[in-house]
Amino acid sequence: MAGLELLSDQGYRVDGRRAGELRKIQARMGVFAQADGSAYIEQGNTKALAVVYGPHEIRGSRARALPDRALVNCQYSSATFSTGERKRRPHGDRKSCEMGLQLRQTFEAAILTQLHPRSQIDIYVQVLQADGGTYAACVNAATLAVLDAGIPMRDFVCACSAGFVDSTALADLSHVEEAAGGPQLALALLPASGQIALLEMDARLHEDHLEQVLEAAAQAARDVHTLLDHVVRQHVCEASVLLGD
Amino acid sequence: MKETPLSNCERRFLLRAIEEKKRLDGRQTYDYRNIKISFGTDYGCCIVELGKTRVLGQVSCELVSPKLNRATEGILFFNLELSQMAAPAFEPGRQSDLLVKLNRLLERCLRNSKCIDTESLCVVAGEKVWQIRVDLHLLNHDGNIIDAASIAAIVALCHFRRPDVSVQGDEVTLYTPEERDPVPLSIHHMPICVSFAFFQQGTYLLVDPNEREERVMDGLLVIAMNKHREICTIQSSGGIMLLKDQVLRCSKIAGVKVLEITELIQKALENDQKVRKEGGKFGFAESIASQRITAFKMEKAPIDTSDVEEKAEEIIAEAEPPSEVVSNPVLWTPGTAQIGEGIENSWGDLEDSEKEEEDEDGTDEAIILDSLKMDTGVEVSNIGSQGLSRAQVLTGTQAVRPYAPIVLSDSEEEEMIILEPDKNPKKIRTQTISAKQEKAPSKKPVKKRKKKRAAN
Repeated sequence: MAGLELLSDQGYRVDGRRAGELRKIQARMGVFAQADGSAYIEQGNTKALAVVYGPHEIRGSRARALPDRALVNCQYSSATFSTGERKRRPHGDRKSCEMGLQLRQTFEAAILTQLHPRSQIDIYVQVLQADGGTYAACVNAATLAVLDAGIPMRDFVCACSAGFVDSTALADLSHVEEAAGGPQLALALLPASGQIALLEMDARLHEDHLEQVLEAAAQAARDVHTLLDHVVRQHVCEASVLLGD
Repeated sequence: MKETPLSNCERRFLLRAIEEKKRLDGRQTYDYRNIKISFGTDYGCCIVELGKTRVLGQVSCELVSPKLNRATEGILFFNLELSQMAAPAFEPGRQSDLLVKLNRLLERCLRNSKCIDTESLCVVAGEKVWQIRVDLHLLNHDGNIIDAASIAAIVALCHFRRPDVSVQGDEVTLYTPEERDPVPLSIHHMPICVSFAFFQQGTYLLVDPNEREERVMDGLLVIAMNKHREICTIQSSGGIMLLKDQVLRCSKIAGVKVLEITELIQKALENDQKVRKEGGKFGFAESIASQRITAFKMEKAPIDTSDVEEKAEEIIAEAEPPSEVVSNPVLWTPGTAQIGEGIENSWGDLEDSEKEEEDEDGTDEAIILDSLKMDTGVEVSNIGSQGLSRAQVLTGTQAVRPYAPIVLSDSEEEEMIILEPDKNPKKIRTQTISAKQEKAPSKKPVKKRKKKRAAN
């Protein structure tokens, strides 16, 4: 869309946010009774659902069992109605496979897999509405779902996307900002130690600006962590009230 | 075939070497392997060799109708295939994870960074555009596929010429190469991927890992940059935890490497251009004669051996004598040797009365090897044909006789240094030597008989 100003002179973005502001995040844990853990997150208009089964016995070939750790299996699927144009293949295409691999990589690093050898943890993520930052929303939803399932993790895994326009780093890109074609960075962070579990960047960004964008994404991920932490605590409070403690 | 697993000692060896900043092929931490680029006869065909990793790239084009939402842009299609000849582990059904990862990385590196001007590929808006297809085949896998593939892709794209086309009103005329010279693609910049391998939870880092190093690495960070120091893609994979300053440092290193590689590519393209213009021979067929593509040549590394003798003497003089435990092979008969002690041989029936002897025999084997620690001041005596005789042996200093196999043989003709177990091995750990010995390997009954005879 030519002529669309991603960052106005007063510093406002297309949807009225400031450069470092996140979209409104609402999340709920324990949305499905059947699964071991589940969570639903809305980041602005991006809606993602995550479901965790495990740890359980390895399905399929026993040969894949790892003798000292659990196997983490992730599947990403985006609904056909999630984007503006109807998608023909919800899963099985290369992008979904890649997302699944990236999610697996992120969670293998964060989950304490040594505690459950020879077993399997399944994480299924479904995107219901994609309005930018789908990877980040998936990771945040999956973190909540893994916590809901009670699987021990090193730390929260919080993710956020970041971009760069007019020498300013933008945090939490929406679809409009992503489609404009500027550089986009997706970062998954373990907030306490500041370690990066996954880093992915597209489109051209000059090396000198890399630090700025990384810092913006890291700060945004830490803000997400505060919110998710609040969600988890609230959920635990509710659950304990229901249990009558 | 499933990939053969890496043995633990090899893994430990590689990791230890990396900790000491040494690589198997002698490179430094930030060194790339030799890159060789050669072109085929057609425009758009090239082979890139990164060390022993070989990738073949071919670009082709076709006039098609454009995508509905991008009516004025051409279509770029990338495809990397891991050929079964590249590694025994690559089989048609098995490669999906690696394949998806590499393909997506290539796509993002080349397509999202807009290195090619897709609008210039448009012929008639909404009706006819060029579809450029880049096919990459991995011919040999020796690590770092992504770097080689990205170089091959960009070189092939730079080398490619598409047929010239002209539009007059509604008519589109496609000229053959004979009518009009083919036209190169308009390429804005050349993104090159640089891979960093991390070891020991991110403590050590190597550029351009080869296949062995890839097997023991914790994770990989790929940074694609062009020579203007613009980062086109970053991708971390493999479950390593990175820190921000590590990423920044890697991007600086990548900048330097990409400059060097881009220069090499430009030179290769210019050379090929020159050869074609001058009417010289070009193409892969030419390389057969000069053995460039079709042979695996091990390059000779120049080593300075001028002062090797002095250095060696110094080292030997300063070194302490080697430790005492040495396992020399004990040659029982020609063709049967024994190294080490092993556990007690439990063949043959054991009755209680003979168990003691059995035990003694067991320790004989140990003593034979202890005897190797003797010094050369050992007396040897000749033996008559039958029967046993022994010579006392001085147990002197514990200097080692290095690596002379002790030959034990039944032959009665030869005169040789043979060891024989002591009569009462439990009391004194001295060794006996007989010039000849009737000892047969682990023939327990024979041993027992001898013992009885000796006792008698």
